[in-house]
Order: sequence, then C-alpha cells, then structure tokens
Amino acid sequence: MLALVSPALLVILALIVLPVGWLAWQSIYHDGFTLENYRRIFTEDIYWRSFALTFEISLAVTVIALLLGYPVAYLANSVPKGWSILILALVVLPFWTSVLVRAYAWLALLQRTGVINQLLRYLDVISEPLALVHNTFGTVVATVHILLPFMVLPLYATMQKIPGDLMQAGASLGASPSLTFMRVFLPLSLPGVLAGCTMVFVLCLGFYITPELLGGGRTVMVSMLVSRNVELYNQFGAASAVAVVLLLSVLLIFAAVSRFISLDRILGQK
Amino acid sequence: MTRVSPARIALHVISTLVLIYLILPVLIIAPISFSSARFLTFPPPSFSLRWYQQYFSNPAWMQATRVTLTVAFLTVVIATPLGVAAAYAISQSKLRIMRVIHMALLLPLVVPIIITAVGIFFVYAKVGLVATLPGLVLANVMLGLPYVVISVLAGMQSFDPAQEMVARSLGMNRLRSFFAVTLPQIKSSVVAGGIFAFISAMDETIVALFISGGQYQPLTKRMFTALRDEIDPTIAAISTLMTAASFMLVLLASARQKKAG
Repeated sequence: MLALVSPALLVILALIVLPVGWLAWQSIYHDGFTLENYRRIFTEDIYWRSFALTFEISLAVTVIALLLGYPVAYLANSVPKGWSILILALVVLPFWTSVLVRAYAWLALLQRTGVINQLLRYLDVISEPLALVHNTFGTVVATVHILLPFMVLPLYATMQKIPGDLMQAGASLGASPSLTFMRVFLPLSLPGVLAGCTMVFVLCLGFYITPELLGGGRTVMVSMLVSRNVELYNQFGAASAVAVVLLLSVLLIFAAVSRFISLDRILGQK
Repeated sequence: MTRVSPARIALHVISTLVLIYLILPVLIIAPISFSSARFLTFPPPSFSLRWYQQYFSNPAWMQATRVTLTVAFLTVVIATPLGVAAAYAISQSKLRIMRVIHMALLLPLVVPIIITAVGIFFVYAKVGLVATLPGLVLANVMLGLPYVVISVLAGMQSFDPAQEMVARSLGMNRLRSFFAVTLPQIKSSVVAGGIFAFISAMDETIVALFISGGQYQPLTKRMFTALRDEIDPTIAAISTLMTAASFMLVLLASARQKKAG
C-alpha cells in the first residue's frame, strides 16, 4: 500500500515540501545564520504596513463574504431541489472560471471607461467617472467575488444537516420564525460559518492576482511583497522571510480552528 | 410556513442580487469579445470577430495556447494514475501513517500558492528547470493531485471492498482485480478528478508567472503580462474561449459524478 502512495507522495515532497523548506532555510541562512530578514519585517514600515493591510483586507473580505453568502446558502437550503441545484450551479460555475479571467472581467466592469461607469453616465447618475478600480475598493469587490463560493459551499453543506423538524418544533412551541432562526438554526449553522470564514480568510491572506491587477500598485498585499522582492529586487532572503511569516499565519489559523472542527470540513470534503 | 413574510422577500431579493454579482462578470466577457470597439460603449457597437481573428493570427498567442494544452494534457496523464493509486491505498490501508499522507497530499490546497510558486522557482533555479516544459508539467501535476485524490476518495466511499476480496479469492491477483472489479465502479470519479486536474492546469497562473519563460509560457502568463500593461479585447476573446472550455468540462464532470451517484 505504501508503494502505491509513494509516487504521489514523492511529487508532493519534491514540489511543495522541499521548496517550502528551502524558503525557510534561505530566510535564516545567508553566508551564516542571520535573523536580519525577520528583524526587517518587524521594524521596517513597508513590511509592517503590508501585513496590517493584508489582514484588514482579509477580514473585510471574510465579513462581506459571510453577509452575502449566508442568505444564498440559506435560500438554497430552503427551496425545492430543482431550485437549489440552480442556485448552487450559479455559485459553482464562477468557481471553475479562471481567476485571471474574472480579474479581467472586473477590470472591464469597473475601470473609468468600463461598463458600470458608462452605464451610470448614460443614465445621467454621474457626470465624472467614479474611481472604482486600481484601488482597495476594486480589489475587495473582485476578491469577494472569487472567494464567495468557498463561503457558500460549506455553509450549505452544514445547513443541509440541520433537521427540519427542529424548526417545526420551535414553531410548535410558539416561537416566531425569527426567534427559531436565532435560537435554533443560526447556532447549528455555526460550524459551517467557521469553516467558510477560515477558508476565505486564509485564501485571501495569500491572494495575488486581484491585488496585483486591480489594486493599482497602492494595495500592496503580502503576496506582492514576496513577488516584488524576488522579481524586482532579487532579495531572496527577504522574500523567503515574508513567505515564512505568511505560511506560519495560515498554519496557526488552521491549527486554532481545527480544535473546533475537523480540517476535512474546512477543505470542503464534508 | 407558506405565508410570505417580509423577511422571506428580503431573503429572495438579497440572494438574487448576490447571484447576479456572482454570474455577471463571467457573462460580461462574451459581449466585449464580440464587439468591434476597443472599449465597451453604450449602446453596444456592431458585432465583430476581429478580436478572435487577432488571437488566432498571432503566433505568440498560438504558441502559448499550444503550451497550455500540452501542459494540461500531460498533467492529466500523469496526475490521474498517481492520484488514483494514492487514493486507493489511503482508502484500503489501515496504517496510521496513511492519515498523515492523506493530509500531505492536500498540502497544495493549504499552502498559499504564492509561497509554493516562489519556493518552486528557487528549487528549479538550482536544478535548471526554470522555463522548461517538464518543469511546468511537474508543478501542475503537484497542484492537480489533490483534485484527483479528493474525487477518487469520494468515489471509493460507495465501493464495497468485499467485492475485490471475492475476485481475489477466485484467483485474480490484486492488480487484475483492481482493473476488473474496482476501477469500472469508480470510473466516473476518476474521470471527474482528471477533468478537474485539467481545468486546474489550464487556469494556473501564479506558479507559471515565476517558473515559465521563453517559448514555454502558457496562455495565462501572457494574459497576465498583457493585462498589466493595457486592456486589450483580444484577452476577452481568449477568456471567452477558456470559460466556454471550463464550463463544458465541468458539465461533463458533474454528469459523470451524477452517474456514479
């Protein structure tokens, strides 16, 4: 059995475990051991600000995705099967569209000469085009769009497992629909909320394409710090240290959350 | 419960708006790609295929397309058997270490892709795999493995291993009984896993940004570079074709999974 699994394991070891190990090594070793790269992250403004901005954006994206995703999952869970399949299809199809294609679509929609500005001017709502993209706003709009399925799917999976009788029991005991929702349904859906929020937050921490293309150079997220240190400045040690701190943040979050729900559930395997 | 409450109406309205938000960007690219104008204008100008013409007549785009298709095809050919073998072993073995191995195989979904990309770039730079086709394929095999493993493990759950024992008690060896008894029953999940690995390789951008170069640049890398400079509607044409391909493959995969079902 170990022989069967070893080719796949070898690929994983060679192409993700080794490279990440290499990064960790490179972050502390450069002609001798040094913590210089880490000192910089915690003392230099540009690094510190980028980490703060990344956590802020991730938090905002997670909250917005939860507020948008919960109603959709709730509706999909409470309508007849045909409708719920349609709703889930609308959620999943964008999920299987290239992230790059969707970033392009948002550029086309949000830019100064884009669809939304043209439409608003055509309708005489505005006279000057709005700055909808090449800033944090555009980044958040596109990032929420890309990560929303990761919120809706675990929410829906959890809601599916809540027995409908419980709601009826609540109603039969005289509770109003909103009270039954708040006291019965909402608490039971919390594992899904936690799974969805973890996935969205963690994925957002490492997001690269949308901030790079839609952030207009001002929204420097941690991933861009990594790529710029490699591509522009050849600062491999600095890039590695930033990558290590980012990875540790992600792993810490997974470790903390896995005390409450299993990792399988977060990764959407039910 | 059939009474239509204001909360219920609000739920429907909000959900509809969210679903429009989800699907609109995916649908907006097609009209842009078929428009004659450089920028989308209202009312929409005339219908034109000029951006498709520009795509198909440009040698650089065509070379990138060949690279993307080759990489995606080879990724499926390599990742599918590796993933099936691993998923089979994980589901049949009672060894403790299999849980750890299972988790390890899902690492590509957990580690932020930018970190994977930079790490692979450093390793490839040492061994001379940067800007090569094998390098690109290997990275995509790694990224596609979790999709195959997840899909096949789900398929194995509804399979009764006793059937394979019967085949073996009748004198088949393990390998033959796998191909004769097990594989036909999990075929749909294998095909679905392969399709997801293909889409993953076709859409992969970030690793390609770091490790691909020269004549072995996939479509996504060229698109990314083009998008950074200026918005060229040729990208809308390519995006439309890529999205159509993804949708057809997903439909195929979900039809398969339903049949398994």
